Amino acid sequence: MPALCRDCLTEFDTAPVRGRCPACRSPRILSHPDLFRLSIAHMDCDAFYASVEKRDDPSLADKPLIVGGGTRGVVSTCCYIARIHGVRSAMPMFQALKLCPEAVVVKPRMARYVEVSRQIRAMMEDLTPAIEPLSLDEAFLDLTGTARLHGAPPAVLLARLTKRMEEELGITGSVGLAHNKFLAKIASDLDKPRGFSLIGPAETEGFLRPKPVRILWGVGTAMQAALEQAGIRTISDLLRWDRADLTARFGQMGDRLWHLARGQDDRRVTRDEKLKSISKETTFFEDTSDADLLDGHLWRLSEQVSDRAKAKALAGRTVTLKLKTGDFRILTRRHGLPDPTQMADRIYRTARGLFDQAGRAGPFRLIGVGISDLAPEDQADRSADLLDPDAGKRAMAERAADAIRARFGKDAIIKGRALR
Amino acid sequence: MSASLNRPGPGMEDGGWKMKLSIERGTLLKALAQAQSVVERRNTIPILANVLIEAEGAQISFRATDLDIEVVDRAPAMVERPGATTVSAVMLHEIVRKLPDGALVNLTEDPASGRLSIMAGRSSFSLATLPKEDFPVMATSEYSSNFSAPAPALRRLFDKAKFAISTEETRYYLNGVYLHVSTSEDGPVLRAVATDGHRLARIDAALPDGATGMPGVIVPRKTVNELRKLLDDDEATIAVSVSETKIRFATPAITLTSKVIDGTFPDYTRVIPTGNTRRLEVDASEFAKAVDRVATVSSERSRAVKLALDEDRLILSVNAPDSGAAEEELAVAYSDERLEIGFNAKYLLEIASQVDRENAVFLFNSSGDPTLMREGNDTSAIYVVMPMRV
Repeated sequence: MPALCRDCLTEFDTAPVRGRCPACRSPRILSHPDLFRLSIAHMDCDAFYASVEKRDDPSLADKPLIVGGGTRGVVSTCCYIARIHGVRSAMPMFQALKLCPEAVVVKPRMARYVEVSRQIRAMMEDLTPAIEPLSLDEAFLDLTGTARLHGAPPAVLLARLTKRMEEELGITGSVGLAHNKFLAKIASDLDKPRGFSLIGPAETEGFLRPKPVRILWGVGTAMQAALEQAGIRTISDLLRWDRADLTARFGQMGDRLWHLARGQDDRRVTRDEKLKSISKETTFFEDTSDADLLDGHLWRLSEQVSDRAKAKALAGRTVTLKLKTGDFRILTRRHGLPDPTQMADRIYRTARGLFDQAGRAGPFRLIGVGISDLAPEDQADRSADLLDPDAGKRAMAERAADAIRARFGKDAIIKGRALR
Repeated sequence: MSASLNRPGPGMEDGGWKMKLSIERGTLLKALAQAQSVVERRNTIPILANVLIEAEGAQISFRATDLDIEVVDRAPAMVERPGATTVSAVMLHEIVRKLPDGALVNLTEDPASGRLSIMAGRSSFSLATLPKEDFPVMATSEYSSNFSAPAPALRRLFDKAKFAISTEETRYYLNGVYLHVSTSEDGPVLRAVATDGHRLARIDAALPDGATGMPGVIVPRKTVNELRKLLDDDEATIAVSVSETKIRFATPAITLTSKVIDGTFPDYTRVIPTGNTRRLEVDASEFAKAVDRVATVSSERSRAVKLALDEDRLILSVNAPDSGAAEEELAVAYSDERLEIGFNAKYLLEIASQVDRENAVFLFNSSGDPTLMREGNDTSAIYVVMPMRV
């Protein structure tokens, strides 16, 4: 079985005995039958914000560190020492400090993280143009066909990348290497931090079989509940279902689940620029035609779409509303805007207008909001509406709320209508 | 206009006698032109693709509708036998258009085949018909206001406001020109307003006698376009009738009746700035050409042009990081503080092209506030345009 030392990057045809590298004595030996054949990778930095802070201030190195807003905020990221005490991301700050009173809390410095993220991105660009960033600290890489160019197989390139990140930037990352995106993402999480895991085609089905369905891409709480109602908890439960039956019961998602349960995922690694649309949707536990409830969802989804658009520095010229009725009919309604927007307020108002036209067909089991026909954000929301003089004020309020959230956490300020 | 023309004509179907008439090709083409343009090209109801032809006395009339607009066009003809039928408006128009000029066209309804035969010289055609009884005739309504207005005055009202009509369907009440009676500095006026939220046009004309009590109505975009052909003749007087739900424009030959948009036009008076003091005067055509030139380098869909104003100097510029930059200086009359303001190039071009006699006068407040534009000191046509961030 081929093997690789992750420290000195020596390649072996057979894994060394006693699991240590004969060249550098490192125990970090990677061996897998498909080690030099797999080429779709997911790289995820370990406690990224916290690592950047520790690197910039070495006095923090051995202390539990929480990055997040003040005492009323939430944990954005915490280092592995803080995690030992039970601190987790998205945990309210007071609770985190109860678990780990000696923790040092620092406020996020987004500009700094963006800078480091760009440096990592540049290192990835040296390996392949097929990079799909998911956020500042994680990305998919497709290294298919790069072995000849670099004179080394993808696994070696990835080991070299994480080594370089550690040496040059002081940031550690975990790598998942597999034969598709879905498995690569699962793999990167198996052995954190400083991990490197592989999932090859041969062990895919055996690996997935005992896992709960929630590890599947696209299975959120609502889908999980729906699956549970059908008696599906694990992937092996899912494997017993016929493809047609799954599709009949869960629509398109059913077909996707059938494939994912078998470790099949043919999504390509696509660069950011090719992003066509940004959308969010939610499925209800029970079908509903409650206008207030739907309106609350509409606002939350608009806000999520807006958040993502802002993070990606994009804006959309078209707003889409998607509704799925209790009998699985899908209604989509689109509206073109005179200029692109990334503001939650405009997305919501447009989607709301569409809902007012189409919303009588309920009860609904799903509602979704999206923007498409994307443009860079510097072209967005540049012109005010003569007939809606308050729009400018609402936009200013939204920008101010965004600034508060960036400082004190996502839930520091919320609209009343999001609570419905 | 005789009352019988508002209903399908009598005809003499019994005994095989059907409509038969002849008409000069040019006269026929002109009469059909308006009818075929009202007909929607993509139709799901077959009869709506047809034109209703009615012949009686020495006159033939063509009636077409899309259920929102109805147009009746009348022309003199030699009617041998009166009657009525319907045929495809587009096809009949195309046939007549392709016939040689000066030809005499015979239209005969063939009782045996139920088709309409069209003969001119050595050409003959026969078109399928649909029963005239199936043709939807717009319900007649009571008009609360009737007045006459010179064609050029109406033409100016609609032509100058038209460009600002919104195409946004969610704000359907902006999809037309708001025609209503108002008061200007010089007294009562007939006023046309259109806006899409980014720009607004407000055009005034002298209030015609009898129009005082006219209800304000939103005339749909398509009606504004169809109406245009009636207003071409400088000497013509147009009879206008208005109710809460309909508006009718009539010349001796053509009657155009349209439903109006059922909605409330927003209070536009609030958005017309009154305190803008920074005054720029510029030759409109030079200005438009310069805007057009600098906008060339912008690759964005909404091309933003920056106006930098200083003592008697205007610098227009576009800076598009991906594609290039452009700048042009114009000598203007401006004596206020320095000001930088951005606009969508298309909006600037459209309002500048409304100016035809004098210089364009722009009144600014700040770079974030609506800007007002008019021709010289003429307040009978004013335009408001919203700036954009550059």
